[in-house]
Amino acid sequence: MSRLDAIRGRSLPVDHDARRIAALAANPACDRRAVLDAAGIDKAKTVEHLGFPTRFGQSPFAVSRTQEFRATVKAHGGAHILRLLREVLGLSVEEAGYHDVGDVGADAGHGVRYRHTMAVLKSAAENPADAATLVDHPLLKLGVAGYDVYLEPDVIAFQVDRRFHVVAIKSFAIIDGQADSGKVSAAAREAAVYVHAMRDLFAQLGLDPERVSHDVVLICPKDFMNFPTACLVDVRLQLEALKRQLQRLAKIDTLLDRLPPGLSLDLQLDGETPTRPVPELSAALSSIPARYAPECLSACEMAYFCRDEARACGSLEALGRTVRDDLGGVASLPVAMDLIAGSGVPSAEHAAIAERLGFVRRIFDEVVA
Amino acid sequence: MSLLRSFLTVRAVREGRAQPAATVRHAHLSAEPLVFIPLRLAGEAAAPLAAMVGTGRADARLLGVANPRSRDQRFTFMAELAEIIVPYIQKYAAQVEISDTKSAYERCLDAPQILVPNPGGLAFIRLIGRSTRFRATEGPHAVAPQVPLLGRWLTFLHERSEFAGSAMLLAMTDLLAEHWVTGLSGPENVNLAGQLAWIDPPDGMTGQDAALIAEDPLRSPPAGPDTDPGFDRHVLKPLIDAPSPARLHEALRGQLEPTWELMWRAVDLLRAVPDADSAEGRWERDRTALARQNTWIAEGGLPPGRWDSAVAAARRLAGLEGAQQSYEASKAFDDPLVMAEHRAEGAAFTGRVITVDADRKIIPPGKKRLVARPLVTIGTSDPVRFAPGKKLLSPARPKQGTVLVSVDADIVTLQINSGMTKDATLPSPGEVVCYTELDPAGGRRPALPDVTETPWTHGGPPPEYVPTDEDAQEAWS
Repeated sequence: MSRLDAIRGRSLPVDHDARRIAALAANPACDRRAVLDAAGIDKAKTVEHLGFPTRFGQSPFAVSRTQEFRATVKAHGGAHILRLLREVLGLSVEEAGYHDVGDVGADAGHGVRYRHTMAVLKSAAENPADAATLVDHPLLKLGVAGYDVYLEPDVIAFQVDRRFHVVAIKSFAIIDGQADSGKVSAAAREAAVYVHAMRDLFAQLGLDPERVSHDVVLICPKDFMNFPTACLVDVRLQLEALKRQLQRLAKIDTLLDRLPPGLSLDLQLDGETPTRPVPELSAALSSIPARYAPECLSACEMAYFCRDEARACGSLEALGRTVRDDLGGVASLPVAMDLIAGSGVPSAEHAAIAERLGFVRRIFDEVVA
Repeated sequence: MSLLRSFLTVRAVREGRAQPAATVRHAHLSAEPLVFIPLRLAGEAAAPLAAMVGTGRADARLLGVANPRSRDQRFTFMAELAEIIVPYIQKYAAQVEISDTKSAYERCLDAPQILVPNPGGLAFIRLIGRSTRFRATEGPHAVAPQVPLLGRWLTFLHERSEFAGSAMLLAMTDLLAEHWVTGLSGPENVNLAGQLAWIDPPDGMTGQDAALIAEDPLRSPPAGPDTDPGFDRHVLKPLIDAPSPARLHEALRGQLEPTWELMWRAVDLLRAVPDADSAEGRWERDRTALARQNTWIAEGGLPPGRWDSAVAAARRLAGLEGAQQSYEASKAFDDPLVMAEHRAEGAAFTGRVITVDADRKIIPPGKKRLVARPLVTIGTSDPVRFAPGKKLLSPARPKQGTVLVSVDADIVTLQINSGMTKDATLPSPGEVVCYTELDPAGGRRPALPDVTETPWTHGGPPPEYVPTDEDAQEAWS
């Protein structure tokens, strides 16, 4: 049994999706998230057992809307997709083959599906008869923090002219050619994970990774309709960021070596109910260093637990990165409070910021008095 | 954020409650604002689910859609909403006066003011405007005549709201953040309940404790337009799957009422802050824009197209930048606490006048006549980072143009160049003065070509926009 399995205990590992990987890359300095994700721990269940909200649920309406839209787009062997791809990529392809890699059987393990994906992609890449091919439900694998994770994808790989494009179907609307920029960049970060994983896979197959294009096809509803439209999104920037951050993620082994021996985050499930004493689990989690910032609230299930912990130990970053940057060099809230009040003697390293804050305090008192 | 705001954030945590970031209220507040809290169905771009709307705390109207997926019900909802909002706007638009300025123009006596909870509410208003303004009132997909009118007015209000200092459509969390700094981080500060918990915590509680309670979606449902996923799953979905209009109505009321109370509490808190001097002038510009838009609609002008032409977009952008600059500066001129923020950043300094040479006369370069150019020296302990030649203004004498001559340690020398009319006064020795690079008159507008002269780099002259049947019948599914 590996160290990660030991940390997870008897629960089954949870699947990863690209959104999680993208979020992990957003906060690469956080050991806690790296360990929890590498071990496949169910963060939502863990944090709920600890008595904190997850506030991460998706509305059933959003879920069914996404499913409906995806079904519309994929209907009739991907007829819509082909039409849209012709438009955005300027192709003259009349028809394309369609392979659903997901239909190897529902209970097939990840390994089986992954090998099947490899085989289908390899034959599509090498067989001239498959020049235009849609590959649905590919299962990909990615090395994160020194540990392989499988990606349950919601994309299609499309090959034309010996180049593969990742096709991402999203249910947010493009209205008059514009979409919510937050949602587009989230989609781009996610798609970059798939491009990266597919390039990895190509390298393993001995194929040129550059055959996977950095231009991702994003398919969304047009205006207020259910009718799909598409656009190309260049994810080179996101790819670079992802690669850099995946590399920066400390090798999981060195990270694990720093943790207390015998560390266990086992929920001790009795059926579906966790029975692990809360203080014990809480202490075990706290022994893995975290790096909480308010952005975590929209990116990580553990955020409310970590925020509580960060506030309790007086982290200045819990007030936001701008405050931390403005008070450059100060990490602790109690120190910051002393500095703004001018009480105590600032240490040498805080002399410069203490002087600036002293000036701010003086003009503030002048105005308010 | 500025250093002063970061300072106030830490101070808020230290004191256990929000800190004022302004001594006056910079936005005009209507005597009869219309509070509008829209909710949308999750996963949809602009499918209304419910809204609470009204001009008084005791005058809440609840609108709901029994089946948000049904296109007909959406337009029924829009028609009901239009019945409330359009007359509210038209009441103000109908009363005009002619200005007594040199070139006379029309302006309304007063203007409507719509308050939504957060920036998400503003974005949703834009989408409602976009989805209704082109609808046809006759033909195959006809809607009630008020619906496209609602779309046109909401589109107008949203476009105006992008101009800094406009107050006809405001997001409450923005307005509160402009006047108070809480101990919440940026992402947490768009939560109206959390913000108010810091600004006005219950007795015996710190802002932090009160905000912890306030962020629980069961106690303070989200202020929209997005609903709480838990509510969607456990309450809304069963009531839509097995329709029960009365229970749905009550459930939606339960989601909206807490925010309704918070909105009016926020209005009360803002009312208690005295008006800034220049707020009335900005409101006057809103009243003028309202009169212009009303005339445009009355004379049969078309609704704005889906896209701006290149020239219109450039003009609008320049207008937005000018409004932003002028608003920032006016705020600082009206409010020493806002000026303090600029002082902390080095955009202004304050000091005591040491000497005034009122009779100094020089011949300016390139000129022949001797003119009065008084010199003022000021002792300051603020760090002054301006270079000689920098044009500076003072809130005490906003019409008096000055230029910085030299900075020698903590002595600043200024030359007064303009604004020395008969009744104008010069600074006097011993007086505390503040000078800044900010200018409420705003920047200069670039000269832009006429639309018909649009250069080829920007697509050439655009075709004239004519609404199509396609626009009017756009499917809504």
